[in-house]
Amino acid sequence: MAKSNKPIVWGPFAAGGTLTAFLTPVLILLTLLAAFGHVPDLLAYERLHAFAGHWAAKLALAGVVFLSLWSTAHRLRITCYDLGVHADTLVATVVYIAALAGTGASVLYLARI
Amino acid sequence: MAEEMSRKPYVREMTFRWIFRHPRYVRYMAREFSCLFIGAYTLLMVWGLKQLADGPESWRAFLECLQSPASILFQVLALGFALYHSFTWFNLTPKALPLQVGEEFLPDGLISGAHYAGWAVVSLAILYLAGAF
Repeated sequence: MAKSNKPIVWGPFAAGGTLTAFLTPVLILLTLLAAFGHVPDLLAYERLHAFAGHWAAKLALAGVVFLSLWSTAHRLRITCYDLGVHADTLVATVVYIAALAGTGASVLYLARI
Repeated sequence: MAEEMSRKPYVREMTFRWIFRHPRYVRYMAREFSCLFIGAYTLLMVWGLKQLADGPESWRAFLECLQSPASILFQVLALGFALYHSFTWFNLTPKALPLQVGEEFLPDGLISGAHYAGWAVVSLAILYLAGAF
């Protein structure tokens, strides 16, 4: 990969790593609470639909999805290399496109809310 | 061309057995594998957004899916790996963000400690705002 591309893939990776470090455990905790029957108020349909209907929340949710998926993709790419899969260009293309596709899907769903 | 250049080329080992040669490597891989769980959980979130967009019935079905034993097992594993990612990430912050004040660098514990404190505040604030307690 050309050197000039590095900051573009690495920047969102670092941002996503930081964001998931701060956010992912508490998000999992919220759905786990719901799973055990103690549904947090925010996860009630009316509340969440109203919340996700606001443009700022849509932006934040899409941002969380993008950065989480991108940092996953980047780490997965490095891990593939560590595990002996050295077709880096192919791996990079697949994982980054998958991250963008997931983000695109979330944007489409958010637009429907 | 490679054949002409080297009489006895070194063929690099192409397996993942190196992981088990040292506990440090296992911890490194555990950290790297946390991304699979964080990524899968994010996809679960994306699916949740779809169900939310589809209406109240679909959202209820989503919440019911969260309650299945397989889903709970996944979420517990994901929580474990997500926490491992958070701890390893915050422990690295003094390396990534060394802060110099005057002649001295701030002690490592202060920088990672500030991140841990911020993490606790953010988590509690989200739990509170989401009405978890």
